[in-house]
Amino acid sequence: MLEGLLEKAKRVAEQAEVFHVSQKETPVIFEANRLKLLQSRETERIILRLVKDGRVGVSSTNNLNDQDGLLQRTLEVAPYGAEARFTLPGRVEYSSVDGYDPAVEKVTIEEMVQLGQSMIDRVRREHDGLQCEARVTRAVATVSIMNSNGCAVSYIKSVCAMALEGNRVRENDMLFVGDHEVSPHPILDHRRLTDTVLQQLEYARETAPAPSGPVPVVFSHDAVAQVFEPSLAMALNGKTVLQGASPLVDKLGQKIFDQGLTLWDDPMYPDCAGSRICDDEGMPSQRIMLVDHGVPKQFLYDLQTAGLARTRSTGSADRGMGNVPSPALGVLIVEPGGTPYQDMLADIPDGLLVEGLLGAGQTNVVGGDFSGNVLLGYKIEKGRIVGRVKNTVVAGNMYQVLKQGLALSRERKWVGGALLTPAFCCQGVSVSTKG
Amino acid sequence: MAELRDRIEAALKGHRADYIEVRVEEAEGSRIIYRGRDLEDIGRTTTLGGCVRAMVKGGWGFVSFNTPTGLRDKVALAVRQARLASSEAIQLAPVEPIVDIVPPFIGKVNPLDVPLPRKKALLDEYNEIVWSTPGVTTSIMGYSDSQRRIAFATSEGAYIEQHKVDVSFRLSAMARADSDVQQAAISIGSNGDFTVVQGIQAQVKEVAERAVALLKAPYAKGGEHTVVLDPILAGVFTHEAFGHLSESDFLYEHEEMKKIMALGRKFGPPMLNIVDGAAVPGLRGSFKYDDEGAPSTKTYLIKEGYLVGRLHSRETAGKMKESATGNARALDFRFPPIVRMTNTYIEQGKVSFNDMISDIKLGVYARNWYGGMTSMEQFTFSAGEAYMIRNGKVAEMLRPVMLSGNVFATLEHVEAVGNDLHMNQGGGCGKGGQIPLPVSDGSPHIRIGNLLVGGK
Repeated sequence: MLEGLLEKAKRVAEQAEVFHVSQKETPVIFEANRLKLLQSRETERIILRLVKDGRVGVSSTNNLNDQDGLLQRTLEVAPYGAEARFTLPGRVEYSSVDGYDPAVEKVTIEEMVQLGQSMIDRVRREHDGLQCEARVTRAVATVSIMNSNGCAVSYIKSVCAMALEGNRVRENDMLFVGDHEVSPHPILDHRRLTDTVLQQLEYARETAPAPSGPVPVVFSHDAVAQVFEPSLAMALNGKTVLQGASPLVDKLGQKIFDQGLTLWDDPMYPDCAGSRICDDEGMPSQRIMLVDHGVPKQFLYDLQTAGLARTRSTGSADRGMGNVPSPALGVLIVEPGGTPYQDMLADIPDGLLVEGLLGAGQTNVVGGDFSGNVLLGYKIEKGRIVGRVKNTVVAGNMYQVLKQGLALSRERKWVGGALLTPAFCCQGVSVSTKG
Repeated sequence: MAELRDRIEAALKGHRADYIEVRVEEAEGSRIIYRGRDLEDIGRTTTLGGCVRAMVKGGWGFVSFNTPTGLRDKVALAVRQARLASSEAIQLAPVEPIVDIVPPFIGKVNPLDVPLPRKKALLDEYNEIVWSTPGVTTSIMGYSDSQRRIAFATSEGAYIEQHKVDVSFRLSAMARADSDVQQAAISIGSNGDFTVVQGIQAQVKEVAERAVALLKAPYAKGGEHTVVLDPILAGVFTHEAFGHLSESDFLYEHEEMKKIMALGRKFGPPMLNIVDGAAVPGLRGSFKYDDEGAPSTKTYLIKEGYLVGRLHSRETAGKMKESATGNARALDFRFPPIVRMTNTYIEQGKVSFNDMISDIKLGVYARNWYGGMTSMEQFTFSAGEAYMIRNGKVAEMLRPVMLSGNVFATLEHVEAVGNDLHMNQGGGCGKGGQIPLPVSDGSPHIRIGNLLVGGK
């Protein structure tokens, strides 16, 4: 159906590309400990990009019947568009990636309701004052890309996800606990997730005074996603580099981070919800070493950014919510360290374990600054967790705290569908507290 | 849209449900983004779609779709889902089924009437200002506008068509010295007037210069300070620290939370008054009816320091035996309505800015916003600009600071409310994955004692 649009676009433009994504999602939502809402959501997006007189025009619609209107609007904006610095890929051979499991479509609403309710029931059996919200979702998406140079690719993705958030209120004290899990396969068991939440509740049983000043801070897997991933993603983004705004400009090949830090972008990682055979421009996915033992090795590029930077696309184009592709991390893999998680804590005489920060992404992310209120975190005393801290702010700069003395846990965890990371233990992180 | 109305009303008939609503929406928008010197994206987007929400015995079903054909089947699916989720019957707060067609609020110039080349020329001019500022490393500048036409009908007989126009502009300038990157930003918006993004050359220049100047600014010393917030940041504080706590969907089934948010509880000093309301006209969070067809209101949340009201959907109001406040909002047809803020602000007080800072020996003056988040009790919000206050005077510039605290303690520590209320229209609020929802927030200058400032 979209071939017709491409044909029409080809006749009036030097290059043309049709990107189409359609998704069906079925979230089951629990509120106040019980089933509240069943949803069925269909979304669709067609993006037309073309190059006319050397300039790029892009427009989008969700209306498959409005293809002529889409072409007309795209032609209208093209004269004002950016100068094209790319050639769209031709016919490409793709490696197969295991991101689709047909069993996901067979998961029934009843099974999802059952999973969500038993997840809530399990944590509430031991903590009946806990107010729980939960969400169990299955989704299947189809992505198709075709262009005037002969590239035509289509793939299906399946995702199952579940999340639990518990909230306990006592007088003016509020505690938030929670965890989530994402997989390309059906999720049938909530034990790992509920174990984590029960552990959080156990750690948070008592309140403890926060340490003050520069202390060792362990960032849990989720905290790594909140605190470090956004800054790393920006710094390694070819676009930020091209603009000169990345702190890593001119730093490829230099030792910037602790030698324990090795990062890959691997959108072909097996059994991962974020896997894909190609990027959003049809360029094949690649496994890219981003940081090798503390040394940045490669930045991420889409076609246009690569053209401007006089380099090659790394297959990192992402359309996110925008119409124009931008370079982005596919699946970030952080190599594990050698220390078991529990031993990492045991080595700390006086410090903090942070599971969640509020407002972590609201500082100068591109500069690597982080600063956030500890939403869930615990005081570590003589190697043991002694209780939850409150009214505490953790602040610092990624380039300082990941520079040296970084310890990484041996255990890794998926956070969302696109980050596999160990926990980080950083030295000398600034902690301020009140009262 | 008379034909559409007939189709929706026909699809609504004869289902076994306690309540059903249908929304059908058509939207179009344009966007221009500059990254650095270069234009990155100029494009137009059109959207068509709709949704059905049904309720059976307290359980809800929600179906969203791109093509509004076969509407009756979609209603039937939503009803089936609602039945699966049902448990015990609930009463939605009553709202008279209104039939109305609401034209868009248009300011001096409708953004949709401005040709794309003229919008681009304006942005070109601003970009030139940014790039003629020595020391700027790069910048991101985005303009977007949209127009939505929403038809809404319920099984109770309501039929409302609303047209909404939204404009927003954001500029972020960055400066780098080796691995130290600093940025400054401005965001502006309106619910239908293109002129708000015109004539801001001086502000654009100031933002670019500030990004460069920040490289030389020292960090704040972390810890508790007396802090004066400018109207923009105080507005964000009001939204984050208190507004979210007033959203009844966090309360209505939570006995402990209800105790904390008991009406009549003292929250702050007598000069503190906090309001939310879409009925306050001409602002980015203004509208006539919410997405459940309830008329907008102006709701006092805090009056003279005491908690007097909260924000409701029909469900939360029904359950708490209060009246609907017109705060059920959906980002678009892909989402069900949830309880949201509209225009949230601290009312004007009496103290001038000079009087407010005159007796502060050592404090922080925080201006402008960068972001904010809340977990109900604890909140954080970050200032776009900060200065030391020394001996009653605004002194040296600091790196941007993050302010954090506990809402109960912080509101009690409001020491002064200024006489210079200003509404900020540049914000977008996120909740439950629905982001960015157009809202406005505002305040006069306020002074807060013992506020926790993140720093080195």
